[in-house]
Amino acid sequence: MLSYLLRRLFASVIILILSSILVFTMVAFSGDPLASLRLNPKTPPSVYALRRAELHLNNPLPQRYWIWVTHAIRGDFGLTIGNQPVAPQLWSHLLVTFQMVIIATVIAIFVAIAVGVFSAIRQGRPFDSGAAFTNYLFISVPVFVLGLILKEFVAIPVNNAIGHTVIYTIGQQSSNLSGGFFERLPNYAGHTILPVLTLILVSYPSWAIYQRSSMLEALDSDYVRLARAKGLSPRRVLIRHTLRNALIPITTVIALDFAGVLGGAILVEEVFSWQGIGFWFLQGILVLDFNVVQAYLLVTAFFVVSFNFIADVLYGVLDPRIRYG
Amino acid sequence: MEYSIHEFAMAERRKILADTRSSKTGAAGENPKRRSRFSRLPRAGAETRHLGDEHGLSGEVKKQWQIVFGRFIRQPRAMVSLGIFALLGISSALAGVFWHYSYTDLTNQIATFGQGSPSLQHPFGVDPIGHDVFAQVMQGTKEDVQTALLVACISTLIGTTIGALAGYFRSWVDTVLMRFTDFILAVPLLAVLAVLGNLAAKQSGSWFWVAIIIGVLSWTYVARLVRADFLSLREREFVEAARAIGASNRRIIVRHLLPNALGPIIVNATLTVANAIILESTLSFLGLGIQPPDVSLGSLVAAGEGDATTFWWLFVFPASFIVLMILCVNFIGDGLREAFDPRRTRVRV
Amino acid sequence: MNPIHPLASLDPRAPLLSVEGLEVNFRTAEGTVKAVRGIDFELKPGEVLGIVGESGSGKSVTAMATMGLLPRSARVKGSVRFRGEELLHRREKQLMPFRGKAISMIFQDPMTSLNPVYSVGWQIVEAIQAHQDVSKEEALKIAIELLRKVGIPNPEDRVANYPHEFSGGMRQRVVIAIAIANDPEVILADEPTTALDVTVQAQVLEALRAALVSTHAALLLITHDLGVIAGIADRVLVMYAGRPVEIGTVDEIFYNPSMPYTLGLLGSLPRVDTDGTERLRPIPGSPPSMIGESKGCPFAPRCPLAADICREIEPELTQVSAATGHLAACHFAKEAHDRGASLFAATSADIGTTAGVQHGGPPESGLAYGQGPDELRAPGPGNYVLAEGFSLAGPGGYETAAEEEDGTADTGSSDGKETTP
Repeated sequence: MLSYLLRRLFASVIILILSSILVFTMVAFSGDPLASLRLNPKTPPSVYALRRAELHLNNPLPQRYWIWVTHAIRGDFGLTIGNQPVAPQLWSHLLVTFQMVIIATVIAIFVAIAVGVFSAIRQGRPFDSGAAFTNYLFISVPVFVLGLILKEFVAIPVNNAIGHTVIYTIGQQSSNLSGGFFERLPNYAGHTILPVLTLILVSYPSWAIYQRSSMLEALDSDYVRLARAKGLSPRRVLIRHTLRNALIPITTVIALDFAGVLGGAILVEEVFSWQGIGFWFLQGILVLDFNVVQAYLLVTAFFVVSFNFIADVLYGVLDPRIRYG
Repeated sequence: MEYSIHEFAMAERRKILADTRSSKTGAAGENPKRRSRFSRLPRAGAETRHLGDEHGLSGEVKKQWQIVFGRFIRQPRAMVSLGIFALLGISSALAGVFWHYSYTDLTNQIATFGQGSPSLQHPFGVDPIGHDVFAQVMQGTKEDVQTALLVACISTLIGTTIGALAGYFRSWVDTVLMRFTDFILAVPLLAVLAVLGNLAAKQSGSWFWVAIIIGVLSWTYVARLVRADFLSLREREFVEAARAIGASNRRIIVRHLLPNALGPIIVNATLTVANAIILESTLSFLGLGIQPPDVSLGSLVAAGEGDATTFWWLFVFPASFIVLMILCVNFIGDGLREAFDPRRTRVRV
Repeated sequence: MNPIHPLASLDPRAPLLSVEGLEVNFRTAEGTVKAVRGIDFELKPGEVLGIVGESGSGKSVTAMATMGLLPRSARVKGSVRFRGEELLHRREKQLMPFRGKAISMIFQDPMTSLNPVYSVGWQIVEAIQAHQDVSKEEALKIAIELLRKVGIPNPEDRVANYPHEFSGGMRQRVVIAIAIANDPEVILADEPTTALDVTVQAQVLEALRAALVSTHAALLLITHDLGVIAGIADRVLVMYAGRPVEIGTVDEIFYNPSMPYTLGLLGSLPRVDTDGTERLRPIPGSPPSMIGESKGCPFAPRCPLAADICREIEPELTQVSAATGHLAACHFAKEAHDRGASLFAATSADIGTTAGVQHGGPPESGLAYGQGPDELRAPGPGNYVLAEGFSLAGPGGYETAAEEEDGTADTGSSDGKETTP
């Protein structure tokens, strides 16, 4: 087990390094850092020269990369276009995004497993057909469409029905909020409910399908048959044998899908105007703020690689064949 | 309602996961020689349940195509979806020629308070500037379809090649290629696309470049799939037989292994098309894909976002077309998967 | 039934296991598959009954029906009684006292029979504790002894190993250990050696013998391997197309076979005692489709003795020898017995002009049959679709769908899917 983990850890680090190179190179070629200066035709050449020096643009690419990476490891991601340090912005925005993403992912996991398992147990029956229908539907709807539908066509009627604004569609909280934590909680909740709901609805279907498939396979398996043939109670067979095996693959799937969840978060933040890291990243792209873009990509790559590693660890814990294989 | 295609994709995914697990950890399963020896023995009463494709001998490929085609035709949902998708594709292509408004025309009607909604003259209404929404939606659909198809071609080509090479030659080729795949995957696709898409968008004929970029980054799944298939296929006797008569590696790959792996490849290609539509519309929604005056369904949705409740037609039509296309493609993929590997009641007798 | 000792109240004088008129149908998209079309037999304490047949003969389904392990699409008729208690149509919970205690089962594929995430010892202990009121430590001791009985070396150490750390043969022995954990009275072994190398088969059979000696249980051994039968069975039941076609003691079956199918099976075995110049004599054709109605003897299309009556009326089991309880289902049982081994000789010699063996032609009744130009080869990959809706099972398992099967695509439990999560 230990050697397995060490190998995976090593591989993860290598991948992270390679990704950082990729990120840097990609961003470096994606646009002109001096574009904002060029907007003003009267900018004197000395300003250009100064800026070039600041951005190390005269150095060869590998050296620029090195400078960036060594700073990034220490948490220094440079300055934004507006000359603010990138790092504090990065972390504060990340916090906002994580509120949404973590709640949504946890709920989505439970929903997906429940739907998947029940669909498998009641295969062919109404629950299964109904679940299949909704799964297909949600898979075929892009995140932003779903978000917009919820925002425009659900929030308003619900609010109207209730009489006052319960569901908010803009931002993480109202700007004039006061009071203690518990007094502010309903407001937080009202702001969080739609973004989280959107993320849940787009994430759970593919996991549910996977879980159903995994469950069906377990239900059909020889070892479950043997368990029944041993005279064990149906409940014990279900929990100790069927579920125990059926729940293994989904862990890796979810961990690997984390990248997709983060991507979805970008959209959700855009639609609901959350000041999360995705939103921040998008702004950075639009104004060609390279340090912002690089920082985002690097941090996301880090999380993705970490989650992949966690997936490997989980798999090793849950499946003895990997542990001792 | 069946899950077919996604179940298939997930099963393949699991196969890939199990495969990458064992290749990463070196966990030996059964001796591969032993596996191949049993693959032909009569396993009386053996249950052959798996969601993979049907591996036939290469010589029977021709017959196989006819069978697959026949099965596909017999599925109403897939055929209807194919029809709808074809209809969308054709009409969007023709609309530019035959519809009396072009998507850039400014008509004398605009969407303001109380007017602009769908009418006989403008079946999808008009936007606040005066564009005919129907023409816009048609143009957007056309862009999406061509982009998605191009993406599917590119990524399938790249992915199949890489996967085939990795799966067939194994050893260091495999390791290098798979590590390469891994780190491409490390950064979220959307983020990368956002960055690069911005770059591509600045070019004229932007849909083409957007498609290239998406295609060049979407091949990883196909590669994993093909690799997993090739890894298992290459153990089969017919490969040994081909080698025994002196067939070159290239010949074995192209004439023997590829046709057998074609099923999942094709099914996956449809998944890629669906994904590409989602990605492209998402990008253009964010303003990072296709740029004005080009329209895409995503950019139309973005434009109609603010007025969605008042001028609902600005949002509903583009959004519905997106969802409709994706649904159709998913159902087609379903049908294809069923055609290649029918869901049978397996009875152990 | 007495809830404390549910099996204690059963009648000790009733036959151990008695199967009467068992019929199993499966409802599939392509039609109703008649897997078992009426089988009767009795199992006496301590005896070994071998059920022989090809894939598609219904032997596995029979065993599954006994344990109530058929899939939901199965429709079962008839009666299966253990010491007088009817086992069919019971709910899972009601079958619990029987399974693993009165009757236990050994499945075919050892690679997938054991749960991969629990140690071997854990799984045996679980079986023990399901029926015996013992502590974990005691159960573990019993488990170690069981492993020793079935021939696993170093059982004290190996009891903590996981299934994937064992070879196929050893896994099957573990399965046998589980099966005998609670001293069952009946053991059902469904093709226990089919998935194993020949050399390993012997070890597993040895373990099976040890199991019988230790538990004095009766054994229902299902196999297509006549060699295995010859070595261990007391009585033999030959199945074809869902029905028994010959029953008798092992001596009777091997020395006085009276049904052409049995003759064919025996004749197709390679023999060590001949000089090796004789051709193998396979039975031409393939088993019939199990879908739909059929008329007459299902073996008729492949039978050298087939006459019109065979195609009209399905023969009942009739006595061949009253003394030994030898029954055969053939209109021409006597003649078959007299012709003996030469019955299929013609088919191996001259393909084109064989009398009695049909070539080509449209299917007559609901049965489809396959005739290819190469009858000397065993039915190979690929099937022959001769009529809409019917297909034949090739080696590699039986498919109910009326589809063409492309090769014996058996990447099943191996090839990347060896992990069965």
